[in-house]
Amino acid sequence: MTVTDAARDTVAAALESDRVESHLNPPPSYDLADHPLPTGREEVWRFTPLKRLRGLLDGEASDAHLTWDTTIPAGANLTEISADEARGLELPPNERPAALAASLSGTATLLDVPADTRVEEPIVLRLSGATVEDLVHGRMIYRFGAHSEATVVLVHEGSARYNAISTFLVGDGAKVTVLSLQDWADDAVHLGRDSIRVGRDASVKHASISFGGDVVRLHANVEYAGPGGEAELLGLYYADAGQHLEHRLFADHNAPKTKSNVNYKGALQGTGAHTVWIGNVLIRKVAEGIETYEENRNLVLTDGCQADSVPNLEIETGEIEGAGHASATARFDDEQLFYLKSRGVSETEARRLVLHGFFVDLIRKVGVPSLEERLTDTVEAELAKTVTSGLNQR
Amino acid sequence: MSTLEIKDLQVSVETEDGPKEILKGVTLTIKAGETHAIMGPNGSGKSTTAYSIAGHPKYTITGGTVTLDGEDVLAMSVDERARAGMFLAMQYPVEVPGVSMANFLRTAKTALDGEAPKLRTWVKDVNGALEQMNLDPQFSSRSVNEGFSGGEKKRAEIAQLDLLDPKIAILDEIDSGLDIDALKVVSDGINRFSAREDKGLLLITHYTRILRYVKPDVVHVFVDGRVAESGGPELAEELEANGYEKYTAVSR
Repeated sequence: MTVTDAARDTVAAALESDRVESHLNPPPSYDLADHPLPTGREEVWRFTPLKRLRGLLDGEASDAHLTWDTTIPAGANLTEISADEARGLELPPNERPAALAASLSGTATLLDVPADTRVEEPIVLRLSGATVEDLVHGRMIYRFGAHSEATVVLVHEGSARYNAISTFLVGDGAKVTVLSLQDWADDAVHLGRDSIRVGRDASVKHASISFGGDVVRLHANVEYAGPGGEAELLGLYYADAGQHLEHRLFADHNAPKTKSNVNYKGALQGTGAHTVWIGNVLIRKVAEGIETYEENRNLVLTDGCQADSVPNLEIETGEIEGAGHASATARFDDEQLFYLKSRGVSETEARRLVLHGFFVDLIRKVGVPSLEERLTDTVEAELAKTVTSGLNQR
Repeated sequence: MSTLEIKDLQVSVETEDGPKEILKGVTLTIKAGETHAIMGPNGSGKSTTAYSIAGHPKYTITGGTVTLDGEDVLAMSVDERARAGMFLAMQYPVEVPGVSMANFLRTAKTALDGEAPKLRTWVKDVNGALEQMNLDPQFSSRSVNEGFSGGEKKRAEIAQLDLLDPKIAILDEIDSGLDIDALKVVSDGINRFSAREDKGLLLITHYTRILRYVKPDVVHVFVDGRVAESGGPELAEELEANGYEKYTAVSR
């Protein structure tokens, strides 16, 4: 039986039962034997430079940690829990790095926001690594009670080989914003899996912002615990020469009248800059009346870059409000630059304006005012590296 | 007194079948205080003249000269031409998502003047320019040309003309797609600009109706990449009555 046949059989079986495994998202399992070391030929690994993961998938144990600097406002609690407790709470791993993180991290961290609690200020977790020699496994669970409201800002800095499994349990009617910023040093390696379960009528905004690191490969998965949940998955990335930034999204519409909206934007500059965006959406048979849209846009600023962008939509019911996707990868638009320059604006300034415009909507959508300026500044600092060299080529 | 001098301008564009000659030697002189209208059938080279003077990368200059007060315009980059005092209002203004009109206008003004405009007077100036073009002050927070109606785009071009205050303005089919009310608003804006001291205007149009509101001193008829005839305002009236047939018949 070929792989295609297997996939078709799975889909056929799904039409009869509620169990369906999207062929792009293997079944969850804690058993490492179910997640063999990838060869690089697997569909889910084919874009990733495995050699540059520096042994992160080998399964080596390690006691190293990142340094945590946290701001926990009143209403939120941060505690350490055992591996067993974590396993009872979390959304299980469905790929090797997440399974390794679960098995090797020892304890886990639980952030709790009780029901009906509104945490006004952002909960900030600043994680920094000392050196890329450190191998660190992380395991986190974020639990937001029914009708709670909170914003979590997760900042990754410094360097490490970091592999983490994170679970976000969003209670009924809760409103949650999660922002994960990857501002690593140039040599860091980061594998991460964020899985979100959206409660009935709850809304979640998850934003993944990647600037630093040698290899960053992150999953953002969303599923629903009941009807009426909404998820907005946002992303912004800026890859420099030699950097590999990979974002893999999965919206699993497993409940009716749920919504997902994915919007990732990236810029690439310099030889060997590589970005990967995989947007998977599964609309299960039960998921009638859902609405989903996913979009990825890439701006290629110099020669020698590669942007891979793959939207996938698996639909098992046609009784939906809407499903769509868009993907576009382009260079600077000459007409835009001409228009701006015809008003006296220099080439450098015109490029800066266009790039600023490209990202600004997304930065506003992230909706964490305290970080807006930092994000804008970082984007502009990144651009400053290339506009000058871009001009030299002309 | 500013003078834009176009001498024997020859321009080609790259096509799939190789370079195609569009302008075959255009000669025009526009002095401050003058309004020139270029008219002509589709494909006669009207817009090519405008865009090649502004420096659009699509066009290759194969011969001739363009000077502004003796300075070689063709040797300048696109932004240098604007800073030298040229302005091109485009037939299809380009959308720049995420860049607000306010940010764009301030950046352009700063580039043209070499220093940032004084905040208080500038905001007043921008709002005033928008208001005169019947554009809501909220307009400045919208992204450049994004989601603007056809008429709003044209009015926004004239608001820019007002604020950026060039020496020589080239307006490429500013009247196309405008209803009669918008045409009047746009024409009033153009006339206010022309009334300023030391301003030259080159108005490119397919139709004569805008010439009822903006009075040209000189009318040029373009046919097949050349000026086929130049004359006073009466030439526009003749075109209104008889169309371009006389010229196109000759060129065939």
